[in-house]
Amino acid sequence: MCRENRYIPLADGFAPKLAGCARLFAESVFAAGPGDVRRALGKDTLNEKDFAALLSPAAGAELEALARRARDETMRRFGRARQLFAPIYLGNYCTNKCVYCGFHAGTGIRRKALTPDEIEAEAEALYAVGLRRVLALTGDAPKRTGADYIAAAVEILARRFSSVGIEVQALTFEEYAGIARAGADSMTMFQETYDAEIYARLHPSGPKRVFANRLDAPQRAAAAGMRAVNLGALLGLGDWRSDIFMTGMHALFLQRRFPGLEIGFSLPRIRPAKSDSSFSPTPVPDRCFVQALTALRCFMPYAGITLSTRESAVMRDKLLPLGVTRVSAGVCTGVGGYARPAQDGSVQWDIDDRRSVAEMAADLEKLGYSPVFSDWLLPGGGDLPLAGALRDAVGATETGA
Amino acid sequence: MQQTSTQSAQAGDTADDPLLLGGERLESRLFLGTGKLGREELIPDLLRASGARVITVALRRVDLSRKADDILAHIPADARLLPNTSGARNAAEAVRLARLAAACGAGNWIKIEVINDPRNLLPDGYETARATEILASEGFVVLPYINPDLYVARDLVNAGAAAVMPLGAPIGSNRGLQTKEMIRILIEETALPIIVDAGIGAPSQACEAMELGAAACLVNTAVATAADPVGMAAAFGRAVAAGRAARLAGLGRVLEQGSAASSPDEGLSAGFPEA
Repeated sequence: MCRENRYIPLADGFAPKLAGCARLFAESVFAAGPGDVRRALGKDTLNEKDFAALLSPAAGAELEALARRARDETMRRFGRARQLFAPIYLGNYCTNKCVYCGFHAGTGIRRKALTPDEIEAEAEALYAVGLRRVLALTGDAPKRTGADYIAAAVEILARRFSSVGIEVQALTFEEYAGIARAGADSMTMFQETYDAEIYARLHPSGPKRVFANRLDAPQRAAAAGMRAVNLGALLGLGDWRSDIFMTGMHALFLQRRFPGLEIGFSLPRIRPAKSDSSFSPTPVPDRCFVQALTALRCFMPYAGITLSTRESAVMRDKLLPLGVTRVSAGVCTGVGGYARPAQDGSVQWDIDDRRSVAEMAADLEKLGYSPVFSDWLLPGGGDLPLAGALRDAVGATETGA
Repeated sequence: MQQTSTQSAQAGDTADDPLLLGGERLESRLFLGTGKLGREELIPDLLRASGARVITVALRRVDLSRKADDILAHIPADARLLPNTSGARNAAEAVRLARLAAACGAGNWIKIEVINDPRNLLPDGYETARATEILASEGFVVLPYINPDLYVARDLVNAGAAAVMPLGAPIGSNRGLQTKEMIRILIEETALPIIVDAGIGAPSQACEAMELGAAACLVNTAVATAADPVGMAAAFGRAVAAGRAARLAGLGRVLEQGSAASSPDEGLSAGFPEA
């Protein structure tokens, strides 16, 4: 069929394009002057070189102009609606040793994977505060929280929530297909850094060591039926300009291959965690962070952008007009922490913005935004919560309530 | 409702020129969207200020379990709710959404949106026609959103659509009637009301669409993202009414070149004998 998604093997994926993208970046980003930045900002649609110009040091001096364009694009495409969601940590078993992560195999934290009943309890707690979109997370532990475990968890969550995403280890095409059938509509995959050398140093052991397998995961997921893919680099590991540029190129590659795919970005900046003390991140200053976000927004005006509670409430509020379209709220980064708030402090990273869902929604309204709780991607699975509510409504009518 | 009619009448005397659609008399030819509003509580004010009665809501944003907080709670009882199938990527998904809308009490009007291109948000005419055919046969009042393509429009007529909704320009672009010549052909060739949807960024552009012969206009971004959405909705209400009034009054022909005297007498008919 001419309209079917095709599974594209690794050799035909983004990995072979990396070197070319890196070359383009190196040639463009430091050569770009103020004229290139202004030209890029004056165009309707930005190409790869324009994107590089917006990430250049020269563009850093034009941050106000960049922010104006980003604000206009965001308003045009997304208006004043902003989505709310929360992550739900299913398990923290992990066989990787990512040196920057609080959950890595070498840390002495208490390990746990939620049982079906516990997942149900977490779901109930999140549902009760009004959330209808969740992102399910695990560590990389195929024996404890492998694809079958994730699919079963998604099935439980999809009974209640209008949108369920996953942020888990890199899986196979077949595994993604199974999880999509179970009701997941999106996958989030942080490549962490697109610099293969730095990547190798930061991921000394575990399945995640294989750079190309992770890089190819979003397209396996898209081919397997995930409707949305969110990409991100963990800012602070490698050079931020290069990692943001490659994230954009990766997204463009996926967009061209899967025109129906909804592309999204997350912009996590590294936060303190109980990680390897030998690792010291390169902090990304606020102005550079804003440049990264606004450059991505100008390059891909249609992409959703997520900003997590790693960032402060002030920073998150200020970035809402400039491109952020999805925010988490009332977040716990510990396993099972919604139904039973964490007692032992085993969290993946420390939260900065501690606003509850109700507080976040109220603050959004104060800032002139409409907090959107329900926004399905998947009419197949997304009608389940509506159908449930329908039954309630019909039942209420029949009993005269 | 009373207030609505009064306002439309003031805006341009369209009260005696209703749009008949799906068995209803619509006094205003402006339809409003809701997808980008900052405050859903504004919906009643937008309707009142503009005179519009038809309002479209994405079913993907509806969550009946939230009751008072849900968007449907802000739609006045006298408005005509037009659920849309935003999020559907093929005919089957659009059909499923439409049936759900009806099942949850949102009525039998449905705006079909089938989009499988998040980058450009352009509608898929083939899948839209398929969904229209199925839903019209089930008794829905189907308003399909399309590229202004004559062949798709003819398919939609055959499929039982109640109206055809061609885009003036890409959604949210505020570029106005970029597809004007194609829309003109649809208006001339199609036996159904043509409702221009998407791309209208200013009241003057809505007025132009109505002067061209569109039966109505649907506006979302231009109102929702205005500094004063209620004021902008009111301006659109007047512009649509003015454009419609001009259409009914009969516009002069636009000359390709030269000029025409206001009182011409060139003697062209002189010298012919009376019959």
